[in-house]
Amino acid sequence: MAGKISSVPFSGTQEQEQKLLEVIEAHKDVQGSLISVLQQAQDIYGYLPIEVQKIIADKMDVPLEEIYGVVSFYSQFSLNPKGKYKISVCLGTACYVKGAGDIFDKLSQNLGIVGGECTADGRFSLEACRCIGACGLAPVMTINDEVYGRLVVDDVDRILAEYQNK
Amino acid sequence: METINMKINGMSVSVPKNATILEACRLSGIQIPTLCYLKEINEIGACRICVVEVKGARSLVAACCAPVNEGMEVFTNTPKVLDSRKKTLQLILSTHNRSCLSCVRSGNCELQKLAKDLKVEDEGYYDGENEQYEIDNSAAHMYRDNSKCILCRRCVAACSKLQKVGVIGPNDRGFASHIGSAFDLGLGDTSCISCGQCIVACPTGAIAEKDQTDEVWAALADPDKYVVVNTAPSIRATLGEAFGMPIGTNVQGKMVAALRRLGFDKVFDTDFSADLTIMEEANEFLDRVQNGGKLPLITSCSPGWVKFCEHYYPDMIDNLSSCKSPQQMFGAITKTWYAEKEGIDPKKIFVVSIMPCTAKKFEVGRDDQAAAGVPDVDVALTTRELARMIERAGLQFTDLPDEDFDNPLGEATGAGVIFGATGGVMEAALRTAVETLTGEELQNVEFTEVRGTAGIKEATYHVAGMDVNVAVASGTRNADELLKRVQSGEKQYHFIEIMGCPGGCVNGGGQPVQHAAVRNNVDLKGLRAAALYEADRNLPLRKSHQNPVIKKVYEEYLEKPGSHKAHSILHTSYVKRGL
Repeated sequence: MAGKISSVPFSGTQEQEQKLLEVIEAHKDVQGSLISVLQQAQDIYGYLPIEVQKIIADKMDVPLEEIYGVVSFYSQFSLNPKGKYKISVCLGTACYVKGAGDIFDKLSQNLGIVGGECTADGRFSLEACRCIGACGLAPVMTINDEVYGRLVVDDVDRILAEYQNK
Repeated sequence: METINMKINGMSVSVPKNATILEACRLSGIQIPTLCYLKEINEIGACRICVVEVKGARSLVAACCAPVNEGMEVFTNTPKVLDSRKKTLQLILSTHNRSCLSCVRSGNCELQKLAKDLKVEDEGYYDGENEQYEIDNSAAHMYRDNSKCILCRRCVAACSKLQKVGVIGPNDRGFASHIGSAFDLGLGDTSCISCGQCIVACPTGAIAEKDQTDEVWAALADPDKYVVVNTAPSIRATLGEAFGMPIGTNVQGKMVAALRRLGFDKVFDTDFSADLTIMEEANEFLDRVQNGGKLPLITSCSPGWVKFCEHYYPDMIDNLSSCKSPQQMFGAITKTWYAEKEGIDPKKIFVVSIMPCTAKKFEVGRDDQAAAGVPDVDVALTTRELARMIERAGLQFTDLPDEDFDNPLGEATGAGVIFGATGGVMEAALRTAVETLTGEELQNVEFTEVRGTAGIKEATYHVAGMDVNVAVASGTRNADELLKRVQSGEKQYHFIEIMGCPGGCVNGGGQPVQHAAVRNNVDLKGLRAAALYEADRNLPLRKSHQNPVIKKVYEEYLEKPGSHKAHSILHTSYVKRGL
């Protein structure tokens, strides 16, 4: 089976690992501290790839599957890094009825990733978000801090091309 | 025992103070239906099938985990209770793949039985959207089909709480929740030990061994193949359950008759190669003791345990006995000594073993298990698969006559037969090792200290001026506990027996599945093991080295235990696997 291991190569540093080990050391004998450790690990690395979860499993003496079960349960945890360009498509009510679902699907198809994932080159990540308060511009998406409104499916190729060579 | 007084359906009863409502009802003759509940390992009250009405409670109560109180009034069969159980079951069925006709558990499915018991007449009443799942075929021994999973978590409890392996668990959330491994990798890519305890815990057909009976039928139909079968010690104590016989019935004679009628050219006994294992292992033990070898020596008969050691205690693989397991020794000696003796090309011999174990399927494919240049064993079937073959052939099992194993590899001693229960390998080894050390005949061959279903057992024997410390563990959670004591230096043993499944092979992952209602209330391990100890008691020869065929094999072929030839045929090696 393919599994859900991120296709983006892991690039954790010694320094990050040192920080993670300190976090684990401070929590490992405290009952019910796994979620705190995971939150801080995500602060350190930006996401929770298998390499990081394995360190936590090993040092906290918890099976890897148990950790993965917690990570995959809570939407606050991510298995994939954010891309250099983080695309968020609003799937709130107003945007949704104006066709944001189609925009999202088109992006997913063009980038070859599903929501929550990042392209293997680390350039784009894709996620759905709820209302960003720009319903007048529906359907809306953001790429980092840039806002794109009144989108139609045909806009997608052009907008992605702008970022492809940046 | 302290008791309390309560009423069940208006009837006054007195029950133990610390009982649950479920236990109190059972003691009063009422079996409340359950689904997710497995005594001691999965008491999570998740499925809501066991709900009852409690006077004064604001809602229905899950009987499996609610404690009784003085003066409590419980109602188990009110319309509210019956309706709730039925609705819950219909909701579970709405996402269940109901291809029951072709399901491996058809006729022995807890969900199917409940649907009938709870009078579900419209199983598709709540049908709606369903998740699509890929079947996980990645492991050598089993598959997972989540379309039949009801998320009861019994397999998860078996894996983590019973075995301390923990490679499966609930992933994702809400409607997408499913049981899987970390990162949804295939089970074959994890540190699963192949024990199959999850399979015997599953109420449905969501997980099962990989059925290889068609391969065996094909071999039986092939005129160029000489098909030899061998049955593990514990099969005779469990196979009858698949045909409705009482738990703990020894069906050796009928089992042999059935195998002969299925068309096997020879029906042999793994008990023979268990005796052979003892010859080699007792010798290895004495050699390590006398020549400063690595101690404690740990048995290697159980492939689930061996894989556990390779994954979780890679630093201890030098403690493992280099002896192949009885299954592999059987195949090895059949395709070498027996083949030569009978003038049969080993390539034409097809060895089938009937095992209580799913890890045996993994073991067959291990490296360094091919004494004659071809795999020692061709197919390992579970007890359940053999039962399926017998049913498919239309054999009326309970009416079959009692027959004897073929010669020469059907000859075995009582030491071989007790291999199927926790402590049995240790006892068998002691019977031979003690006689070898003292040079005197052992008067009492029963080492009762290492018997019984306790998870960890210890004993010290004074033999030839030396104290021999032994320990026995069954179930890998207990093995883990024991090895931690060894590693910390808290305990020093010379010889340790470990079996991967709790209670040993009699409770293996390949044995007939008993519903939770039976498993929770009957001492399965104890009853099945008792059949083996009785068989041992009734045999004229009870020490492996007394086996006349074993003597012959060494005289004619292997020279002596531990010889160069014995090593090349009967011993193997291990790998560090990590996590």
